[in-house]
Amino acid sequence: MDLHTLPVYRLSELMARKEVSSEEITRAHLECINRTEDRVKAMVTVTAEAALDQARAVDDRRAAGEELSSLAGVPMAIIDNICTMGVKTTCASHMLYNFIPPYDAEVVSRLKDTGAILMGKCNMDEFSIGPADEERGPQAPASRSDGGAAAVAAGEAAFVLGADTEGSLRQSAARCGVIGLKPTYGRVSRYGLISYASSLDQIGPLVRDMQDLALVLNAICGHDARDSTAAAVKVPDYRKCLINDVRGLKVGLPLEYLAHVEPQSAAVVRQAADRLAELGAICREVSMPHTAYALPAHYIISAAEASSNLARYDGVRYGFRVDDEDVQGMFSKSRGRGFGRAVKTRIMLGTYVLSAANYDDYYVKALKTRTLVQQDFERVFEKCDCLLAPTGSGIACCDPAADLSATCDVAANLAGLPSLSLPFGLVDGLPVGLQFMARHFDEEVLLRVGYTWQENTKHKNKP
Amino acid sequence: MDRYEAVIGLEVHVELKTKTKLFCGCSTEFGQAPNTQVCPVCLGLPGSTGVLNKKAVELAARAGLALNCQINTDTWFDRKNYYYPDLPKGFQITQVFQPIAVQGYLDIKAEDRDKRVNINRVHIEEDPGKLVHASGSIMTSRASFVDYNRSGVPLVEIVSEPELRSGAEAKAYLEKLKAILEYTGVSDVKMEEGSLRCDANISVRPSGSAILGAKAEIKNMNSFRAVQRAIEYEVERQIEVLEEGDSVTQETRTWDESQGITMAMRSKEDVDYRCFIEQEIAPVELTADWVENMRATIPELPDARRRRLVDEHGLPDYDAGVITSSLSLAEFFEATLEKYEDAKKISNWIMGELLRLLNARGMELGESKVTPGGLASLLQLIDKGTISNKMGKKVFAVMFQEGREPQQIVKEKGLSQISDVDRLAEIIAEVIGKNPKPVADFQSGKEQAIGFLVGQVMKATKGQANPGAVNSMLRERLAK
Repeated sequence: MDLHTLPVYRLSELMARKEVSSEEITRAHLECINRTEDRVKAMVTVTAEAALDQARAVDDRRAAGEELSSLAGVPMAIIDNICTMGVKTTCASHMLYNFIPPYDAEVVSRLKDTGAILMGKCNMDEFSIGPADEERGPQAPASRSDGGAAAVAAGEAAFVLGADTEGSLRQSAARCGVIGLKPTYGRVSRYGLISYASSLDQIGPLVRDMQDLALVLNAICGHDARDSTAAAVKVPDYRKCLINDVRGLKVGLPLEYLAHVEPQSAAVVRQAADRLAELGAICREVSMPHTAYALPAHYIISAAEASSNLARYDGVRYGFRVDDEDVQGMFSKSRGRGFGRAVKTRIMLGTYVLSAANYDDYYVKALKTRTLVQQDFERVFEKCDCLLAPTGSGIACCDPAADLSATCDVAANLAGLPSLSLPFGLVDGLPVGLQFMARHFDEEVLLRVGYTWQENTKHKNKP
Repeated sequence: MDRYEAVIGLEVHVELKTKTKLFCGCSTEFGQAPNTQVCPVCLGLPGSTGVLNKKAVELAARAGLALNCQINTDTWFDRKNYYYPDLPKGFQITQVFQPIAVQGYLDIKAEDRDKRVNINRVHIEEDPGKLVHASGSIMTSRASFVDYNRSGVPLVEIVSEPELRSGAEAKAYLEKLKAILEYTGVSDVKMEEGSLRCDANISVRPSGSAILGAKAEIKNMNSFRAVQRAIEYEVERQIEVLEEGDSVTQETRTWDESQGITMAMRSKEDVDYRCFIEQEIAPVELTADWVENMRATIPELPDARRRRLVDEHGLPDYDAGVITSSLSLAEFFEATLEKYEDAKKISNWIMGELLRLLNARGMELGESKVTPGGLASLLQLIDKGTISNKMGKKVFAVMFQEGREPQQIVKEKGLSQISDVDRLAEIIAEVIGKNPKPVADFQSGKEQAIGFLVGQVMKATKGQANPGAVNSMLRERLAK
């Protein structure tokens, strides 16, 4: 039995029946890391010893007859822009090469409370913005944008918490053939998530099975007194949302999304809609006229917020510092050498769009556009329960920056909506993702449609 | 008429009287060891997010209402972006676009004129940390340290319209503002602890002109008196510059208290703070009911109290003004008045002895030990003739220092007046015997000679005799 390939709920059952221990499961995942990490490069930090200690502690509690959560003893990994107390959290940036947070993110402490085992930290784009420069020397980890999804796909962790600002979580899930959910903005506390673009950032799970998604959501969702954007909206038991039935469900297909992707991807979405219709869903085409403006608006807003959020990395208190004659010199040299080119470009752009001379032409216009994009969603959700679209960059391995298909993903961030990427299967030998979007705080319908899809398409090959 | 007119606007930063900081639970207590009142939020550590302190919003709204402002029920926070080592996030969370309170006013009286000064806005913001330079001055230090205890302490910034015309008006404005903020419990308003700070924007223009001249922003004024002096100096300086045919440079200047001058600090280029809406702090939605509830918590303010003291207790307007300039003085006055009915006498003692001692020792009323009940008892002792007015002042000084009851002090120190007529008669006989010349003078009609004799009796009794009684007894004896 390859423990590292099993979904969370299966591991949980095996441990509950005492057929395997958390230590055995943790070891299996660590062995997988040792075997594959050279090739996969999904992790930037592996906390093997601590993981085994935690696993043994869970086993002891179970042996003592304690009633444990479904996630107890299950190996997880956390993306490297979510703070983990005592474990380096670098955002895959040289700027934070030595930053060890003195606190856990709210999601991390909630997962630790369940007894989930922290295997380590996942690789990512530098500050989620872009690839880290290669020439910055050995202290800088080589970034890989989809470390979280790759870790789940490879069996290095049973589930991962990632973050999604411009679709990266969903895109990487699609590329790696796993499930990724960006919850509603405000559904999950962002306390401890290192901000890139505060109004767009959201933490979400990467898993291999819809049942696992429900278990992780149950652990991380809900109000947090330390994050004023984490809404006090009631959290359902997501396991109860795993309903294999989409009869009567109204699914919209936004035409403008299909126009933004390769024809193969559009064909995949139509094929998926046909399949859902066979299962009883009512699929219809809808129009969202402002879709084309989502990407530029997102680009301006995220750059603006990033330029401000990343201002705190100045070499004064923590992280990378270059000493200089005066404080201005220290600021500019630390920032000049600590950040990679993509991050600096984004900061420059953000500074430009927020400057007094450009503010109205760029930033204010982007905010207005954002409202229009949100209104598109409000209109279609009067008639639809969810939307079906390609996950951006639908054909894996495209350059996301040069790819207009990112339009499909950023709109959900702009509107703060929940969005689920499901593996469709292989097209031309590459994994492709389907995206479902729903109303604010209606993760329930996404679990229903995702579970139905999963249960009725099990014959499909998974990469 | 003066050829030039000064145009002065004040920006006053006031620390709100909250137990905890604006976006985290750290204590705001003043004077603690550096960097002991900090957490991931106020240190701006990566990933930390803050939550708004509701009490700060209440206090800011109260300040706005007390200053006759309109409250924006739909208000939010913005970011002001700039780099400085005391600013841990690289931006300050403040209110730029929609401050909590706007369009208020404050009535002042300066140079014997009543004036209404309009207030542009009251907005909430977080304080940055504090730089501590190794050798005291930034110019000579090889190293500087940052203390983040103050980082995230809630402030309101109160911005006046540029309607003040002199240093005296500015001082009157600050005194009134301080009193209102003290009355409403918004702030401790202690300039020496930095809970009230003031910057002044000053320009001058030819009288009658509607065009604003280039302005200087003056910083580093540590007392209301310093604000007045700095403004007076700066106005004169700018007039001299114009008189010489030069133009005033737009710049930030610092007040040097010891030299009594302002000095150029940095040129005030238009800094682009790239302000935009803060996304990590949820917007504040206030209801009209909430605002009305806040309004109901505004106590009687200094002007109303002053009028009441004049109307109900017959105090002279000047006295009422002095007493209501500070909440604690006004409370002390009214508490004394409950136990002693002569308002003017109380006011004389408060304005005389009490303020004299407080000012001489640089103390706040709360730091002295004297109580309203104590003052009332003291005044009663004087009225009964147990002690003289002069003795009363000595007793008051002891009460101020030690806080005991006046009766007790009088008894312990043997200060009561000699009211034993026989004992006094003996002393008077002795004085008459020793001073034949003045006695003869008086008896021959030189009225003023009696003063000398009274003085001798008082000297012999070490001041414990009632001078009035001595006077009449002497006259009685010498008339025989």
